[in-house]
Amino acid sequence: MSAPVLGGSARAADDDKGASTARPTVTPASTIERMDIVVVGHVDHGKSTVIGRLMADTGSLPEGKLDQVRAMCARNARPFEYAFLLDALRDERAQGITIDTARCFFATEKRRYIIHDAPGHVEFLKNMVTGAARAEAALLVIDAAEGIRENTMRHGYILSMLGIRQVVVLVNKMDLVGWDSRVFRAVADEYGAFLAEIGIGRSEFIPISARDGANIVGRATDAPWYSGPTVLDAVDSLVRREGLESLAFRMPVQDIYKFTAEGDDRRIVVGTVESGVARPGDEVVFLPSGKRSRIATIEAFAAEPPSGLVPDAAVGITLTEQVYVRPGELMTLAKQPEPEVSRRLRASMFWMGRAPMVRGRRYKLRIGSAQVAVELAEVTRVLDASDLGSVKDKQQLDRHDVAECVLEAAHPVAYDLADANERTARFAIVDGFDIAACGVVLAVGDDAMSLLEDRVRRRESAWSGGEISVDERRERYAHKGKFVVVLGSDRDGAPIVGRALERALFELGAHTYYLGLGRSVTDLDPAEGDDPLERAGRLRRLGELARIMTDAGLLFVTAPGDIDEYELEDLRMLAAPFALFVVRIGEASAGLHAAQLSFPARADADAVAEAVARELVNEGVLPEYYI
Amino acid sequence: MSSLDHLDALEARSVHIMREAYREYKSLCMLWSVGKDSTVLLWLARKAFFGHVPFPLVHIDTAYKIPEMIEYRDRLAREWGLTMVVGQNREALAGKRTYPDGALDRIACCKQLKSEALKHTLSGEWPRLVMDHATGGYVEDTVREPYTGVIVGARADEEGSRSKERYFSPRDRSSDWNVDDQPPEVWRYYKTDFAPGTHVRVHPLLDWTELNIWEYIGREGMPIVPLYFARDGRRYRSLGCAPCTNPVESDAEDVAAVIEELRSGRYSNIAERSGRAQDAEDGGGLETLRREGYM
Repeated sequence: MSAPVLGGSARAADDDKGASTARPTVTPASTIERMDIVVVGHVDHGKSTVIGRLMADTGSLPEGKLDQVRAMCARNARPFEYAFLLDALRDERAQGITIDTARCFFATEKRRYIIHDAPGHVEFLKNMVTGAARAEAALLVIDAAEGIRENTMRHGYILSMLGIRQVVVLVNKMDLVGWDSRVFRAVADEYGAFLAEIGIGRSEFIPISARDGANIVGRATDAPWYSGPTVLDAVDSLVRREGLESLAFRMPVQDIYKFTAEGDDRRIVVGTVESGVARPGDEVVFLPSGKRSRIATIEAFAAEPPSGLVPDAAVGITLTEQVYVRPGELMTLAKQPEPEVSRRLRASMFWMGRAPMVRGRRYKLRIGSAQVAVELAEVTRVLDASDLGSVKDKQQLDRHDVAECVLEAAHPVAYDLADANERTARFAIVDGFDIAACGVVLAVGDDAMSLLEDRVRRRESAWSGGEISVDERRERYAHKGKFVVVLGSDRDGAPIVGRALERALFELGAHTYYLGLGRSVTDLDPAEGDDPLERAGRLRRLGELARIMTDAGLLFVTAPGDIDEYELEDLRMLAAPFALFVVRIGEASAGLHAAQLSFPARADADAVAEAVARELVNEGVLPEYYI
Repeated sequence: MSSLDHLDALEARSVHIMREAYREYKSLCMLWSVGKDSTVLLWLARKAFFGHVPFPLVHIDTAYKIPEMIEYRDRLAREWGLTMVVGQNREALAGKRTYPDGALDRIACCKQLKSEALKHTLSGEWPRLVMDHATGGYVEDTVREPYTGVIVGARADEEGSRSKERYFSPRDRSSDWNVDDQPPEVWRYYKTDFAPGTHVRVHPLLDWTELNIWEYIGREGMPIVPLYFARDGRRYRSLGCAPCTNPVESDAEDVAAVIEELRSGRYSNIAERSGRAQDAEDGGGLETLRREGYM
């Protein structure tokens, strides 16, 4: 056993040598293709039987497994079913339905497959989504006798949303309808039309009897009218998804590493490539911040680094110029089509949360590697999943609703529209601790009044003040009320300045009050997570408080940390009708803020406080004689 | 520049999952049984974090492990500078409440020496030993914080219940796995948020088969405990406690021969855990153990 090889770097200079990488290859594993397939359909239409049969008839079962299950059935006086092979957990055997998605592995001469057996029961749709989201293609099972049912439609629709473009439809239990070709054709015509409508163009229909193994691997003897492929043939002729390389380069920034152990001084940006190709030397743009740099090296450990970044690779790179980038940004290439950047998105989504999605509640949006607070701004339409007709006048999303709606995020996020790049159009919504929805962005949201603007407007008409006017207070206190925001990180000393300012103003005789925010919001280390909901909530309370304190005639000072321009804009909106006085300490790390006064990092707090007080005099907030 | 082959794709997904866990969980550890799967996991961690392993490795020592495994564990931990943490059910061992002592059946013994030891080691309730790299020996760990994220090398193809696992799988306060109500996982969005008091098992190897593991070991030229290779016509296919793990007949003396044996040779159709005696005792496979926190 040899000592570990140290990591190397592919540099811009030796861009062209990647192909010669020598790895100690034992087998030509690279020639083996792999594909994930999901099996879906309405409950009891025979999904597990199809898989059990497929595995048994291709000899993919472990030795003894079939006998073991047969013996178990005999012990429990139950007739043997192929489905039992899959329903490996006791609960499922007892109920006879698949609860969770289970993986099975089988190989043909062409490739190795992972089959995800998705449950057909409506209660377990979230498990079906889990199975289907991992797959490249689907087998959809329809009971010939029962025909198209609620989940046949819903599963089809969800497959389409999840990005599956190849579906093989298995019309099962043909033996129960006497292998009548008219039954088969009727199902094929109806469902084929539906699939085409929802964007699944490539579909194949096969009449089968899974129980008898007819048209699974071997041909059915009762259907001379059918000359198409068997299930096995159809599975082997599914095509691998291609073309991701030719799309614009997209890589959500998953994290930034700086491991200092053993003198390692690399600062590595890591992520998994969604689409496109990039190489050392390429100019990159991070969005939504707009920061630019160039790829210096591709990093790897115990292997020759690849010459370029390709889709699905989990990579690490260093940059030529150290820019401050946070996890959550989207890395793109300059001179390629830019992604969309906005706070509002129009999306199609599937809600699977226990509680409904309602307006006025904050959720967490996960899109790429970004995690931001989000609200439901508008429900455009909700589809009745059983027939996909539109439900009118619904303003919330209930469990298992498929809907088109407008979401509003607390910050702008970078993404693509589903038409341009379905991978970077994908998002999930977290309610509490749980993933409650998945969806794709269809369009950039329109610029209607933001939810916050609307809320502030309603607040202003709801709150009723007392009889003492702003002018009366100013006369009594001898100064105006003002909201002073000291921007900058803890590291740069912003909170120290804030407190020094409060003290200085107080000593001058002013009515003043300082309130800081906790560290998790103010000094965000890029390596540490920060809960976006908490952050948004705290800023909102701060803004409301500022509105009240300023109205009460106080000089309200705060140091909210290193907030970005959108968060500052929110504070501005919440403090309205009172204007902000913004002081910046240190470099702006996220976006540029228009500040009335700027000071270098760790500037002398008392000197800054004095300068701010002077400027407040100039602005007419404090009277001349104070200084 | 070429697209990913199937081992590259498996590697990339595992690396992505580990990086998600590292970003989201403040108190993260990785279980290392010294077996081939968790050793591949350890190798993948070094790849994901560019030569570093930025979290402790936890080993549950049943005291009945094949001695070569423990020697191997300590050697690699020293060479790679790993934060090596060891937990054990000291009470059960001292009270001789084990299968080899004749006090328990195999399943109950697994529960005591593995499930219980694991649960209380992760929670920090029972003492942990940590390797002191100055001496190469072990000392009591002063860190008693519970681990909220635990990376585990489970594979879906091992047996039925594992085939239903999530990449990110929540465990409740008593380490129980609620298999009937698992969170959805969509695209690259996993359940990384969890309620206080609960923890998450992270499974980066879920999509790997036994064959993939060996293909990868071969491709990477990475170290692996030699018990897996045939000596005197027998080799271990799966490693566990000496009293309950039997070597299988084999003449596969190196990685290439093991791959051949699994692909088209004598074990191409025989389940990997067929040498594990405790599986046969319970009709539900490992389900009982898994629900109660067995890794």
